[in-house]
Amino acid sequence: MWRFIAVRTLQAIPVILTVITVTFFLVRAAPGGPFSSEKAVSDQVKAALEEQYRLDLPAYEQYFAYMVDLFRGDFGPSFNFPSRSVNELIFQGLPITLELGLYAMLIAVLIGVVAGVCAALKPNTLQDYIPMSLSMIGICMPSFLLGPVLVLVFGIWLDWVPISGWGNSAGDKLLPSITLGAMYAAYIARLSRSGMLEVLSQDYLRTARAKGLPEYIVIIKHALRGGLLPVVAYIGPAFAGLLSGSFVVETVFQIPGLGRFYVQAAFNRDYTMILGTTVFLASLIVVFNLLSDILSAWINPRLRYQFRK
Amino acid sequence: MATSTSTESSLLAMPKGVSLWRDAWLRLRKNKLAMFGLGFLLLVMVVCLLTPWIAPYGYEEQDLRLGAVSPSAAHWLGTDTFGRDLLTRILYGGRVSLLVGFVATAVALVIGVAYGAIAGYVGGKLDAVMMRFVDILYALPIMIFIILLMVVFGRNLLLLFLAIGAIEWLTMARIVRSQVQNLRDQEFVEAAMSLGLSPSAIVVKHLIPNALGPIIVYTTLTIPSVMLLEAFLSFLGLGIQPPESSWGLLISYGVETMEEYPWLLIFPGLALSLTLFSLNFLGDGLRDALDPKASRD
Amino acid sequence: MPLLQVTDLSVYFHTRNGVLKAVDGISFEVEAGKTFAIIGESGSGKSVACYSMLGLVPMPPGKIEAGRVLFEGKDLLTLSEAKLRKIRGKGISIIFQDPMTSLNPFLTVGDQLIEPLRLHFPISKKEAWNKGIEILEEVGIKNAAQRMCSWPFEFSGGMRQRVVIAMALVTEPKIIIADEPTTALDVTVQAQILKLLKELQEKRNIGVIFISHDLSVVADIADQMAVMQNGRFVEQGTRDEIFTNPQHDYTRKLLAAVPNFEKPEQENKSEQNLVEVESLHIQFPSNRGEAPIKAVDDVSLDIKPNEILGLVGESGSGKSTLGRAIIRLLNPTSGKIRFDGQDITRLSMAEMKPLRRQMQIIFQDPYASLNPRMAVYDTLAEPLLLHKIVTKKDLDGAVCSLMDSVGLSRESVLRYPHEFSGGQRQRIAIGRAIATKPGFIIADEPVSSLDVTIQAQILDLLLELVERFNLTMLFISHDLGVVRYLADRILVMKEGKLVEHGTVHQVFNSPREVYTQELLNAIPGRTLTD
Repeated sequence: MWRFIAVRTLQAIPVILTVITVTFFLVRAAPGGPFSSEKAVSDQVKAALEEQYRLDLPAYEQYFAYMVDLFRGDFGPSFNFPSRSVNELIFQGLPITLELGLYAMLIAVLIGVVAGVCAALKPNTLQDYIPMSLSMIGICMPSFLLGPVLVLVFGIWLDWVPISGWGNSAGDKLLPSITLGAMYAAYIARLSRSGMLEVLSQDYLRTARAKGLPEYIVIIKHALRGGLLPVVAYIGPAFAGLLSGSFVVETVFQIPGLGRFYVQAAFNRDYTMILGTTVFLASLIVVFNLLSDILSAWINPRLRYQFRK
Repeated sequence: MATSTSTESSLLAMPKGVSLWRDAWLRLRKNKLAMFGLGFLLLVMVVCLLTPWIAPYGYEEQDLRLGAVSPSAAHWLGTDTFGRDLLTRILYGGRVSLLVGFVATAVALVIGVAYGAIAGYVGGKLDAVMMRFVDILYALPIMIFIILLMVVFGRNLLLLFLAIGAIEWLTMARIVRSQVQNLRDQEFVEAAMSLGLSPSAIVVKHLIPNALGPIIVYTTLTIPSVMLLEAFLSFLGLGIQPPESSWGLLISYGVETMEEYPWLLIFPGLALSLTLFSLNFLGDGLRDALDPKASRD
Repeated sequence: MPLLQVTDLSVYFHTRNGVLKAVDGISFEVEAGKTFAIIGESGSGKSVACYSMLGLVPMPPGKIEAGRVLFEGKDLLTLSEAKLRKIRGKGISIIFQDPMTSLNPFLTVGDQLIEPLRLHFPISKKEAWNKGIEILEEVGIKNAAQRMCSWPFEFSGGMRQRVVIAMALVTEPKIIIADEPTTALDVTVQAQILKLLKELQEKRNIGVIFISHDLSVVADIADQMAVMQNGRFVEQGTRDEIFTNPQHDYTRKLLAAVPNFEKPEQENKSEQNLVEVESLHIQFPSNRGEAPIKAVDDVSLDIKPNEILGLVGESGSGKSTLGRAIIRLLNPTSGKIRFDGQDITRLSMAEMKPLRRQMQIIFQDPYASLNPRMAVYDTLAEPLLLHKIVTKKDLDGAVCSLMDSVGLSRESVLRYPHEFSGGQRQRIAIGRAIATKPGFIIADEPVSSLDVTIQAQILDLLLELVERFNLTMLFISHDLGVVRYLADRILVMKEGKLVEHGTVHQVFNSPREVYTQELLNAIPGRTLTD
């Protein structure tokens, strides 16, 4: 098991390095360079900007300088707000986004797994059709549609919950989390349903029943492991999706999280901010994929032996 | 078909077998949800295709004195703040959304099938290298890169198609590759080789017809995924730009004024959701109908 | 006093297409220390009968229509689910057929082994674990203590089946239902497992219900037996009664289908060999930096025209690899292959094409060897058109006459593979193979996936075709009995090497190698032929 973890971790490192490199040069290649802001700047300010952002160095030297800074954990100053560092902005928005993502993930996994497993246990009956139809809604109503609709119905018309902000008023975390988690709950429901259906037809469940085990143990101890494997494998990509999805949800609900900063930075061409946030988010996703893989291998022992002699 | 003039009875008189395609179609027909999806989809496609001729108003037609009006006889779905007929805008927006959906999916299809088929058929080192590349791309947060691309290179339709296609081809390649690999090991392919068929004949006559099933299913499920992606980007302001509009863009406008004029949000939202529903139900139905396990005894 | 008494058991399935009488009024008894065997082909209802006694058949759509099953003084069919569970795995255990799928791949062997113990008895985990180790040793697994922590996929097929047997025994049941426990195993492994079962049965005085489709397996171990067809026992009695004096037609048919006599020796006067293989090596690179796998290790052989050469070996012996190499579906690592005097070892695909007319292959799995999207007509027409055997005008006639040759009705020529049974599909595959009127055919385990009675038909068809078209055949099989029926000469392979060769008579009656003797000893049903 340890060998697997070690190898996988090592494999993740070049991926992160690739991400950083590609992003860096992509941002550098952007037409309409640093001077396209409407504010007219004097030559002196221009020179100072150049120096602060090291724009006077050739490209690859800038790259190495940036990498060195990264190792020290320094993402550099924000382009549009030179007095604030990217670090500052990232760590201001990060906890909020992480909290939102966490709640959404919890909602997605809990609702999704329960719905999917129940559906699989009695296929082609109401216990199947109802959760699966509801999950269709999650897939077909994107978050930027679901969110506003929920806000309209529950926030404005019924006035049960606040419609914006995070942590400001009671219950304001409810709608955003549901909105973000809904789509993933739907996917997870479908994944767990098909995973369970496949396992339920396996011979080893028949063996378990032949031993005299009561049905609930057959399902929980024997069937769930194999059945939920696809869900566990999905958690990595789901996390990536959640982070991207947070962009929209934070915009709709006016939440001051990292996602919203990112979108604004994208709009405002804040290059260092874009670079820093991309690198940070991408690395976070790679780490999460790694964790998801490790969890999969823990459940499915066959995967652990991929790197053994 | 040669009709024999010899003493053997004509083959035309023999009972025709039920091919797997026909079998699948019969099963699909029984799936009411899938057939509803198919019907709705065809309706939407036809209507959007004919839009320039059947739309009640011009696309740009504004009536500023009217302002935003809720649904009425003159304007079935109401108007927006500029007095533009919502139905017309939804129709035109549908053209764009569907166009992006189909074209980007086509891009993903072509690249994915070619890539996956080659990797799956050739195997060995080439396959290992090709799939490693796919794995790395898969692990990258493509969404973030797309946003980056849109920001950096500006927003044009072509780039949008390519960018979206660039995400989806990965999964398509994986699916095609695993299909081809499974088929390649099947004995009927070995039998074809032992008969002396050339590799291209084997691919065309034996591999592709058998791989089509999952490819069709996945293509049908990719279209809604792509449409969602486009809507997502447009909503953030990074996708389709005015004066063009798509359903995503219309929804973003609707959100801005949803308290006062909820219909501006609801109708475009309904259009998008129903189309996505149809595509998904159709894709699910196709998957169930083409499932080889169910047709084998 | 019998352990189990079954009276007039009937189990029907109520489906949309009507009522299927899976089990239609059977009665039998099982005594302690004795084995009751149920023989039947697929679909006979033998498994359903036994599973329904323990309530393991889904009800609906199944329903127990009638009957009584007395065990320990109670009628199992009237017990509640909760009470039945107390008997499952404790009073009556089951050993299933396929050891690859009947163990949970996500739990350790130890976990699964002690599960029934801890369920049915108030025993601590530690005690249960120790008992598990004991029983693993008893079924012949070495390093039992370590193996308890292993995963199922780390075991071979035979070892896994031993684990399954251990799992059934650990609660010391009175009856074991063994559902085709050796069907998925190699011949020598099968012999070991059967021996193990017999020993354990005697030691613990267990009553065994042994389900199988293979009469020869059952001949060695059964005390009482029944032959089942379409849900009914068509014949029932002691083992000797059934084997020496079968009454029912079906029983006779089954017995006749077991190939148990030798093909009479024929002299082969040919001087030239049709196929020559010289020092063939085939190696596959291992993907983990270990030594490459030697599938075929320095094999030399020749095949004379018009003879049937039998190539025998267990799984992993390399026989299929050798066969595919001869027909150039694989590339050998080194060595030579000559066909009709011509060296074909390094010919390219294009150069091979004209030769392909002459050599064809029939595969094992009738489900996988036909393109499911092509109708029979197209499958048969393909070789005819490719090698321009007939013109388009005569194509219909040629396809129809092929159908006749393999015994298929012309009416079904436009149907698709999934509309045929396994035996019929194999006939189609044979038809495809003889379409180009080849001189040489490789038959790679062509009957291993078929029911016994169908096997006999296909073997006879092959013999007939060899005779009629003057074919030369390489017949690959793991089943020595079948090979003895069909072949003139035999080659035995083990782990890539050729270990024995000779005429059928020589090899069967005076084998030179120890391995061959082992194989021969492992053939079940020797008592039948003695």
